[in-house]
Amino acid sequence: MTAALPRSLWIAGLLAPALIITAVFVVVPLASALGYSLYSWNGLARGAFAGLENFRIVLFQPPFSTWTWAAFSHNIIAFLALMIVQNGTAFSLAFLLLKALPGHRFHRVVIFLPVILSSVIIGAMWKLFLNPIFGIINQGLIAIGLAGLAQPWLGQPSTALASIIFVNAWHWLGFPALLFLAGMQRISSEAIEAARLDGAGDWQLVRHVIWPLVAPATTVVAILTFIGSFNWFEMPYIMAGLDGSPGGATDVLGLYFYRTAFGNVTAGLQDFGRASALAVLMFVFIAVIAAWWARVLRAREIES
Amino acid sequence: MAAADAALPGGDVWRNGLVQAVLWLNALVMLYPIAIMFLSGFKTTGEIYTSPFALPKSFSPANFITIWEQTNFARYLINSLLITSASTALTVAAGVMAAYALARYRFPGNGAIYLFFLACLMIPLKLAIIPLFIQLKALGLIDTRAGLVLVYTAMGLPSAIFIMTGFLRTLPSELEDSARIDGASEALIMTRVMLPLARPAMVIAAIHNAVPVWNDFFFPLVFIQNDRLKTLPQGLTVFMGEYNTEWGVLFAGLTLASLPITLLYIALSRQFISGMTQGALK
Repeated sequence: MTAALPRSLWIAGLLAPALIITAVFVVVPLASALGYSLYSWNGLARGAFAGLENFRIVLFQPPFSTWTWAAFSHNIIAFLALMIVQNGTAFSLAFLLLKALPGHRFHRVVIFLPVILSSVIIGAMWKLFLNPIFGIINQGLIAIGLAGLAQPWLGQPSTALASIIFVNAWHWLGFPALLFLAGMQRISSEAIEAARLDGAGDWQLVRHVIWPLVAPATTVVAILTFIGSFNWFEMPYIMAGLDGSPGGATDVLGLYFYRTAFGNVTAGLQDFGRASALAVLMFVFIAVIAAWWARVLRAREIES
Repeated sequence: MAAADAALPGGDVWRNGLVQAVLWLNALVMLYPIAIMFLSGFKTTGEIYTSPFALPKSFSPANFITIWEQTNFARYLINSLLITSASTALTVAAGVMAAYALARYRFPGNGAIYLFFLACLMIPLKLAIIPLFIQLKALGLIDTRAGLVLVYTAMGLPSAIFIMTGFLRTLPSELEDSARIDGASEALIMTRVMLPLARPAMVIAAIHNAVPVWNDFFFPLVFIQNDRLKTLPQGLTVFMGEYNTEWGVLFAGLTLASLPITLLYIALSRQFISGMTQGALK
């Protein structure tokens, strides 16, 4: 039994670096965020214990609560739009790629190209394209005789959020598409051939064979889209700025949280207590809904 | 590969034509904006305004020279390279150690530790930015590259462990056992026998972590104020502000910033795609 001690030490030594780093930079900060939200703050200095006061303010006391709920509603819109537009398109393209026609490898590489680029590059590029006077979108619309459709996409509340959602969908389209494709490629070819022999067309094949059997990929795509939509930050920050301009039309929880935590040019105020309360609420919301939804979706996987 | 049309002998020419048309339309939607960005980098700002869709009058590198000589672009690039390579190396090293212990040894707590890392997999660390900020400040790591490297390592470890544990579990134990009978030490078995076999999984874990770190903007935005320490995505926002009326320079800067990773992607597209999608799928 002389080897027993060194061996357990060896295992502990292998695990230690990863456990220590994760504890110090993930577990402790997450636990502290909860603690911070229960105090009032003066800049970087912690003040008196405040109980649930910060939570009451961000949820129920105008104007803070108004900002919270407005931002939250924009996250919901982004989530629903991305689920339908981005993931719907991704699913359809994955099915077309599954046919493995000549050139499908090239298309796979192309659709994934924007995914590897930074949100800063994509957001800045599209911000220039969407410029009301010199951007290629409006210039293109004018060139093909649709000058009436040209508008200040990012400058008016009615189109700003939708434009940013569109750019986000363009940026990430390849990710769900290739996740769906990987899921579809795992479906046994017998299942597909059997359906074909029964005379199923494309639509029936998708409806009765592929959609139910690709459920594991759908679960992953849905959960990742959900988590991504509710801590969305980069794209709105780059394209609309920290204040969610114009007039808060593109404000989302991530921006509002960042403004509350670190201040901004116009308000200049920062409040770690309220910001921590927002972070805790966002974290609990994301964790609870994602866990619940993952269970629902997994149950669907087993059924089919 | 499951060919969806396998049971349709002869295929449907019309339908396949339609499929190709849709895929090519999609390729156009994906590539055209990037091509415009690239070409606009060679134009003068006036040229972009008056003829945005035309080819540049000359492929003059003037805008690119402006970027290189009059901004801190090279410094941002070096910072991004340093931070990405250091955090990726740390993530893969610490990750493969933990993954090896979890995959190859039975010990009390194995399952619990694996579940712990699994639970960390989905956590949006952005939401812990305030405590992280205060903690890094206390450790003297605000406004340092090391602070970013540590945070990125913590962020990357769960997925690296997830990917590599999954792979290491599939390795047969015969090699390990025979080396043990030959009297090799555990450390020797791990580094000489088992890990060389795990290289593909290590590459996938490395890409899975390096791409988001290379592209990240949020953590530098909070942790780095000193212009000399800024990363490439963060530096881009600085210069977007400075040159906001000089569109030729802006597009050249965006092109230059996307070039390193795009070239790498074209060379290694298969590894990139499996690297980035692998962590999400079991």
